[in-house]
Amino acid sequence: MKPARKKRLFFIVFLVAGVTLAAGFAMYAFNQNLMFYFSPTDVKQGKAPVDKLFRMGGMVVEGTFKKEPKSLKVHFDLTDYEKTVSVEYEGILPDLFREGQGIISRGKLNAGGVFVAEEVLAKHDENYMPPEVAESLEKAKKKLDNKAKNNQQSGITETTK
Amino acid sequence: MIPELGHFALIMALVMALFQSSIPVIGAAKGIDSWIAMAKPIARLQLFFMLVSFAALVYAFVVHDFSVVYVANNSNTALPLIYRVSAVWGAHEGSLLLWALTLSMWTGAVTVFSRSIPKDMLARVIGVMGMVSVGFLLFMLLTSNPFDRLAIAPVEGRDLNPLLQDFGLAIHPPMLYMGYVGFSVAFAFAIAAMLGGKLDAAWARWSRPWTVIAWIFLTLGISLGSWWAYYELGWGGWWFWDPVENASFLPWLVGTALMHSLAVTEKRGTFKAWTVLLAIFAFSLSLLGTFLVRSGVLTSVHAFATDPGRGVFILIFLVVVIGGSLVLYAWRAPSIRSTAMFELFSRETALLFNNVILVVVAASILLGTLYPLLLDALGVGKISVGPPYFNSVFVPLTIPLAILLGFGSLMRWKQDKPARLVKELGLLFVISIVVGSLLPLLFSRYEFGAAIGLMLAIWITLSTLKGLRLRLANKDWSLQSLKSIPRSFYGMSIAHIGVAVFIVGITLTSIYSEEKDVRMEPGEQFVLNGYSFEFKGASSVPGPNYIAQKGHLTVSKDGQLVATMYPEKRVYRVQRNPMTEAAIDAGITRDLFIALGEPRGADGAWSLRLYVKPFIRWIWLGTIIMALGGLLAATDRRYRVAAKKSADKEATA
Repeated sequence: MKPARKKRLFFIVFLVAGVTLAAGFAMYAFNQNLMFYFSPTDVKQGKAPVDKLFRMGGMVVEGTFKKEPKSLKVHFDLTDYEKTVSVEYEGILPDLFREGQGIISRGKLNAGGVFVAEEVLAKHDENYMPPEVAESLEKAKKKLDNKAKNNQQSGITETTK
Repeated sequence: MIPELGHFALIMALVMALFQSSIPVIGAAKGIDSWIAMAKPIARLQLFFMLVSFAALVYAFVVHDFSVVYVANNSNTALPLIYRVSAVWGAHEGSLLLWALTLSMWTGAVTVFSRSIPKDMLARVIGVMGMVSVGFLLFMLLTSNPFDRLAIAPVEGRDLNPLLQDFGLAIHPPMLYMGYVGFSVAFAFAIAAMLGGKLDAAWARWSRPWTVIAWIFLTLGISLGSWWAYYELGWGGWWFWDPVENASFLPWLVGTALMHSLAVTEKRGTFKAWTVLLAIFAFSLSLLGTFLVRSGVLTSVHAFATDPGRGVFILIFLVVVIGGSLVLYAWRAPSIRSTAMFELFSRETALLFNNVILVVVAASILLGTLYPLLLDALGVGKISVGPPYFNSVFVPLTIPLAILLGFGSLMRWKQDKPARLVKELGLLFVISIVVGSLLPLLFSRYEFGAAIGLMLAIWITLSTLKGLRLRLANKDWSLQSLKSIPRSFYGMSIAHIGVAVFIVGITLTSIYSEEKDVRMEPGEQFVLNGYSFEFKGASSVPGPNYIAQKGHLTVSKDGQLVATMYPEKRVYRVQRNPMTEAAIDAGITRDLFIALGEPRGADGAWSLRLYVKPFIRWIWLGTIIMALGGLLAATDRRYRVAAKKSADKEATA
């Protein structure tokens, strides 16, 4: 091989190897850091892993928000109107956090089935609903509607909220 | 009446854009001089109509014309004048209008500062910019008209989001758009050159200053956004790897690569095809960024479904622009010949590696930003990619880039010798490692990461200074000899020093920041990183259009009072949303940052978030220095001389 050719070949091999390495590295980091989203129903059905970070969203159930008096710990329940999961968080809540508001939180499920949040997000205005939450609420609502329909057909009346 | 005038001006602008994108381009292809000569006047007419249109919307905001939907949704009679003006670009429709106006302003600038460019080339450049304009104006008129009226005007508007009622955010979008749209000039030059089949060093010299100026705006725009997030959101962070931020960072990365690759094309006549490709990508990513942020896809991919018109238009537009230019590229690229050869060990190679790294970084960030959207759109699942991914990709890839920077900027074109470089830089390299690894001892604890960051910063600074010294060669440091160095060299050196300052900022802030959420009763003290925070209590204070809870804290260090700080929690009257107004005591080596949480218990206790953030100011200082360097480089003598020479020629002819 001519020296110029050899040089060019070396060059290309080096470049390709470098880019491949970087791409492989990026893919690895990508897989390590993917974070999944689960609704309270998913969590109650055992679809969410224990002691691994994931995101959960829903509505803060009215009347469940409690502050511990001498620390920054708070407790509240999160629901998609089908199932409800208890959440625990220590720290300062975002400005727009309040009962009846759709929120998303990131955290881990502990052995007792309580979601220990590391971060709580409540964004935008009071009309805003995180898209994930909106979708899981939609799903839960459909299920309830179907249930009500079936019940009506079988002659049992039931009021569902 | 005025809104209709604005609407009409917008339609006229579209008509002009249609002329602008056809007549000069056809003229250039067929060699019809009179058609070529139409380019400038048409482009200026389009700018005129855009200005009229934009002024009409500003007017509607200023006089509270709530019969216009867009105004009713984003303004209020109590909104101060400055925010009524900035509310013009506070949401989707208006920001598109600003985008289109910016595009015609850049086109207008091209018509003014283009005397050195051959007429047919200029006609093509203006034509390509006209095509982009057509796309945007059609999009606005068909799906997002800011002048739509309501049948019955409401008495009061819904007000601007309080988060946007801030000076930093008022000027952030125009800055960012100047950068985004500025890349359209480089894009237009690349496309025009391919259309004309003339890709030479002159082409690179013409588009280089435009690219640098766009890059300056983008740098400052991103930096402003980061600074705003820091003081306004109350989370104390300066970069969240949020898709909105990534959308602006992607064109910046590719634009930075483009700037460096243009240098090779101008000076050495190689990398031509690659430079063209980068110009296409930089602008494509700008378009993608605009649409990602403004179409609502990020809050929900289902926004597409609720308003299919917009989504489909955006997709088609992106496909036409990106696909069209890539097809043209595939057709023309084989005929692009690089004449100059270079050796493996040369400045060209160093810049090639710079480009490869920047593009790989951009690609990995693009993956992390778009992949979750794609999965969601396909209905496969909901995932999110958090900051850990971006950090673990970004940091290891930029370390070699920073090392390369020191060597590369001193390397010679065409061919260099490793021995020479080692002789010039070897000692400095060792010094950087030694000093960098010792400096973290001055901090509260030794961190390996801090040592690496400081090594890199010192290395970049020392090698840049060495480069300046070598430029002076045998001359002394007198003003005379300093003046003999071209301005673009100073520009490069200063921008690189900016990188060093930036690295110091991000390293030390990321590693040594201390943060604590605490519950404090009046009179209680909390010590964080040597600073003693004492809570004096909080009280209710009325503001002009809000009511605030105002905390009072004193901070002392070693018994000396350092600062008295008043963090606030505001509730705005119209939108009823609470807002945290953090108290910040800024300093060159550290910021103290306090955000007020909420009342905790009857004894006057509050939850508070306390931060001590070392060297955070260096982050923004670094970006300002980078932009300053860019400004020097863009105003180098050779661009001004070239412009003047041809002006003289024109005058004598």
